[in-house]
Amino acid sequence: MYNQPDNQGHFERFGGKYVPETLIPAINELEKLYNEVKGDPEFVSKLSKLLKDYSGRPTPLYYASRISDELGFNIYLKREDLNHTGAHKINNALGQILLAKRMGKTRIIAETGAGQHGVATATVAAQFGLECIVYMGEEDIRRQKLNVFRMELLGAQVRPVSSGSKTLKDATNEAIRDWVTNVENTYYLIGSVVGPHPYPMMVRDFQCVIGNETKNQFTYYSKSEIQNPIPDILVACVGGGSNAIGMFYPFLNDDVRLVGVEAAGFGVQTEKHAATMTKGEFGVLHGSASYLLQTEDGQIKLPHSVSAGLDYPGVGPEHSFLKSIKRVEYISVTDDEAIDAFQWLSGKEGILPALESSHALAFLKNKQNGIKAGQNVVICLSGRGDKDVHTVADYLGKEV
Amino acid sequence: MSRIPQLFSKRSEKVIPFLTAGYPNKLDTVNMVLSAEKSGAAMVELGMPFSDPLADGPIIQRASQVAIENGVNIKWILEIVIDIRMSSEIPLVLMGYINPIIKYGLEKFLQDCKKVGIDGLIIPDLPPEEAEKFVKLARTNHISPILLVAPNTSSERINLISKLAVDLIYCVAILGITGSENNMGNLKEYLARVGENSICPFIVGFGIKNREDVVKINKLAHGAVVGSAIINAIRGSGSSVDTVKNYIERLVK
Repeated sequence: MYNQPDNQGHFERFGGKYVPETLIPAINELEKLYNEVKGDPEFVSKLSKLLKDYSGRPTPLYYASRISDELGFNIYLKREDLNHTGAHKINNALGQILLAKRMGKTRIIAETGAGQHGVATATVAAQFGLECIVYMGEEDIRRQKLNVFRMELLGAQVRPVSSGSKTLKDATNEAIRDWVTNVENTYYLIGSVVGPHPYPMMVRDFQCVIGNETKNQFTYYSKSEIQNPIPDILVACVGGGSNAIGMFYPFLNDDVRLVGVEAAGFGVQTEKHAATMTKGEFGVLHGSASYLLQTEDGQIKLPHSVSAGLDYPGVGPEHSFLKSIKRVEYISVTDDEAIDAFQWLSGKEGILPALESSHALAFLKNKQNGIKAGQNVVICLSGRGDKDVHTVADYLGKEV
Repeated sequence: MSRIPQLFSKRSEKVIPFLTAGYPNKLDTVNMVLSAEKSGAAMVELGMPFSDPLADGPIIQRASQVAIENGVNIKWILEIVIDIRMSSEIPLVLMGYINPIIKYGLEKFLQDCKKVGIDGLIIPDLPPEEAEKFVKLARTNHISPILLVAPNTSSERINLISKLAVDLIYCVAILGITGSENNMGNLKEYLARVGENSICPFIVGFGIKNREDVVKINKLAHGAVVGSAIINAIRGSGSSVDTVKNYIERLVK
């Protein structure tokens, strides 16, 4: 039986609490509270109610017949894009805001890449009447203007970050510095399965609703006579890896092929990619040990992806662990392939996928993907693509 | 053998400058350390630059970035320590984040630190929870692991951290990052609590700028670390060696 992490938050050599001493009381308090409430029926029912009434869960598992016919296997889309705010990020934001409230924190901070987590955080902060500050790299602000304005409408303050690559990595640095400074009244609402323990475990648990629902819904869909039918293959994109772990975790003990798709940018043979699993090495960033893109001197490299949500030089510690034990396959998809998949799904199924999710979709079209005719494949469609329309237009050289 | 227990065996006012190795250039670092010693520094803390320094404010972030662009890495820093040791016995401490050290190899790093004559190490993103192996290797190589405590660290934890560190601990003066405003507010109570619970001497850093701060800190603790203020002075100056000399002279008297 899979049972990770250990009490100290280690997934063997990955994970842990690599933070300045100032943050130790805060993460220990959070860990203690989370361990208390996660089995508490009152907390669980409060969160379920919010997921249902506020976010609109359960999200559908949709059989995509036209692309299935084209490729010769059965493709099911887990429609996380139909959540309130347009991505899976809200699952985690709702869970964490309840914890922040319980801890009596009055100020919420977050980092964001594509802006989806920033929007989700601004949304729940508005809903609960808490001050909200979102750190976002200047480069991401440029390519995700729509989400910046959404956050502002929701009452959040978006603070531009101009250091380093001006993307998610640097926004995370700035959020942690804010947290160190304002730790007494501030809750850091991390958006992915990264950061110090207990975040990778806690965010995973909040995102597991994706995989748990999928399990039930697939049973309903399946025409076979076998009991408890499960899909053959699950596919999800991996930046930090929260939608992927949420989809995979409930299936880890099952006989299912699991595929995480990361961003190859211009190609993993170039310097411009975000393929942490393919090209990364063991290290410590943002509070935990995982695979990282780094130089031979241990400096963090600047990643690249057309998708702001995958543009991160690290990856969740649990994904690093799952790679090390070979339970999950990690492959990478280039900007070109992702843009192609974006257009493909839009045109064939009438669904605009987020550029992040487009990476997972692109795997389906790869001739070497090993998917056999008639197999059942579930794709986590982690978010909707409205936010990416300008990026795609730019990429294709079209004026909008 | 670490020079730190000897240095802190007697109570005296101590100024401990922090310098980012290789900032503003690689040529000056050795002379900056030697001039710090001549100007009255009790110990020198050399910063090993990292691309993502979580505990540092904008001044040290920028200095780290420049140093990285200058080609500074751990190997080079250990080489200049050899140069420093040809003419100086000043206690020397390296401060840096864990990732470049992991990449270099933790065990090899500690052995090499011992070889070149480093006395202590400060790793701000390595709390006791993750420090077991580091502390053990540091002990084996006779290097003082200088663990950190913060104003929100409980008394029991201060005691535990000091027992792990044995020779010296570093008190972060404020809730915040390096170079932050520090009004020296609740320091008295905090440092008294450290004094009651620590089994070893303790130095204080973050937001300490001038002679007045140094005097105050030394009444409450065993030494004052001045970092961002010196780096900031170097930034606007023609000669970094002279700036370090003048700045430290003003801190000392």
